[in-house]
Amino acid sequence: MEAEDIKRATWRMAHEIIERNHGLDGVVIVGLQTGGVWLAEDIVVALDEIEGVKPALGTLDVAFHRDDIGLRPLLPEAPTQIPFNLDNQAVVIVDDVLYTGRTIRAALDALNSYGRPRTVQLAVMVDRGHRELPIRPDYVGKNLPTRRDEMVDAGRDGVDIGEIVK
Amino acid sequence: MTLFPPKHLLSINDLGAEGIDEVCRLADHFTEVSQRPIPKVPALRGKTVAMMFYEDSTRTRLSFEMAARRLSADVMGFSVSSSSVNKGESVRDTVATISAMGPDAIVVRHRSAGVPHQTTAWTQASVINAGDGWHEHPTQALLDCYTIRERLGSVSGRRIVIVGDIKHSRVARSCVMAFTALGAKVTLVAPPTLLPPAAESWPVDVSSSLDAVLSDCDVVYGLRVQQERQSEALLPSLREYTAQWGLTVDRAARLPAGALVMHPGPVNRGVEIAPEVLDQPNATLNEQVRHGVAVRMAVLYLLLAAVPDLQPDEGVQ
Repeated sequence: MEAEDIKRATWRMAHEIIERNHGLDGVVIVGLQTGGVWLAEDIVVALDEIEGVKPALGTLDVAFHRDDIGLRPLLPEAPTQIPFNLDNQAVVIVDDVLYTGRTIRAALDALNSYGRPRTVQLAVMVDRGHRELPIRPDYVGKNLPTRRDEMVDAGRDGVDIGEIVK
Repeated sequence: MTLFPPKHLLSINDLGAEGIDEVCRLADHFTEVSQRPIPKVPALRGKTVAMMFYEDSTRTRLSFEMAARRLSADVMGFSVSSSSVNKGESVRDTVATISAMGPDAIVVRHRSAGVPHQTTAWTQASVINAGDGWHEHPTQALLDCYTIRERLGSVSGRRIVIVGDIKHSRVARSCVMAFTALGAKVTLVAPPTLLPPAAESWPVDVSSSLDAVLSDCDVVYGLRVQQERQSEALLPSLREYTAQWGLTVDRAARLPAGALVMHPGPVNRGVEIAPEVLDQPNATLNEQVRHGVAVRMAVLYLLLAAVPDLQPDEGVQ
């Protein structure tokens, strides 16, 4: 995917979010630190242009909720910022790449600390498969079959697949 | 090369400037956690933190307990007054007994310097020094660094005056190490009888007059007058102390605008610091206590959850 493809996919996902939620009433966007934040920001910009409504934007670091603490070095990146209550909101979690689903499980766990959303949805730029938990995305930029020993990097400039250097 | 994070926190030197910065960075995250509607994360679920306090403590002990609980760790309490120490059990046997129950960390406070260090030889758990004799109190210094960083942006380059009983103060020792490691300019002010001989070799300035350094500092850090040591006749009287080294209303008025008034607590109101000064917005005593929980969460997380740094993360998606 190139930069133009990323932009088109972002706008398509924004349209889908509006369609699914019948507008943006009570919709809040939460980008996962750090990879999902750029996409969350871009989705908010697109939603604003399309609908004339700018939903609240938060960021969430899930490090303290992961299930592999102690198994590998895990230090959080940037502090969470969710300065609003999530009770009865429709929360759209945004991340760059969906892989095992464990980050999303941690994110669902973390969200509970901020209230009880009416619904939680998931938007990702790339779904690369290999899920290890019963988690699926609601909005997908692109489905991209990969091998486990590959690494996927998704940013505003496009999507790269690289080999993990052992 | 030393491992980071270290297994134990016995001294500020176990962290160094980089480690102090990392604790402060993590504490930002835990400050956010503490502000959540449900201020608790599962990061240390299944871990046990044992408290071994041989000396009185209110804030340090409560702060460590709250920090451990907010990380979902279990807490084993222990206080001398209700334990077998009263039946003559030695520190070594007590450590062995606690260790046999398999805690992941032991938080130790003892009136003798070196007990936390000695404890590491008797247990597999991480040992955290919560104050040992006149030696060190590293988590106090960390929360003070964090408080200064929060208020003034950074510790580096700040002129910090530490005033009071330096000699008997583990807080002063840890703070001097931490503040100077981060690049602050530290001046110690004390009656000559309450200055340790070793202070000459510390990277600090020494003055016997608070008035002389007051107008030229960013932080005044008052230490507690340890009244239990009054019998040693190191001070003429409390009134004399206040007249010479107390932060009175008059002296506080001569501080530069925005200069902080800090104290590790418990404070003797009207002795080290005047009650009116404690109520001013530049007095940070309650903030220090609040930050203590986040900073101790950071220390516990760093010691118990972060695997010693192997290599950068890859492919976490």
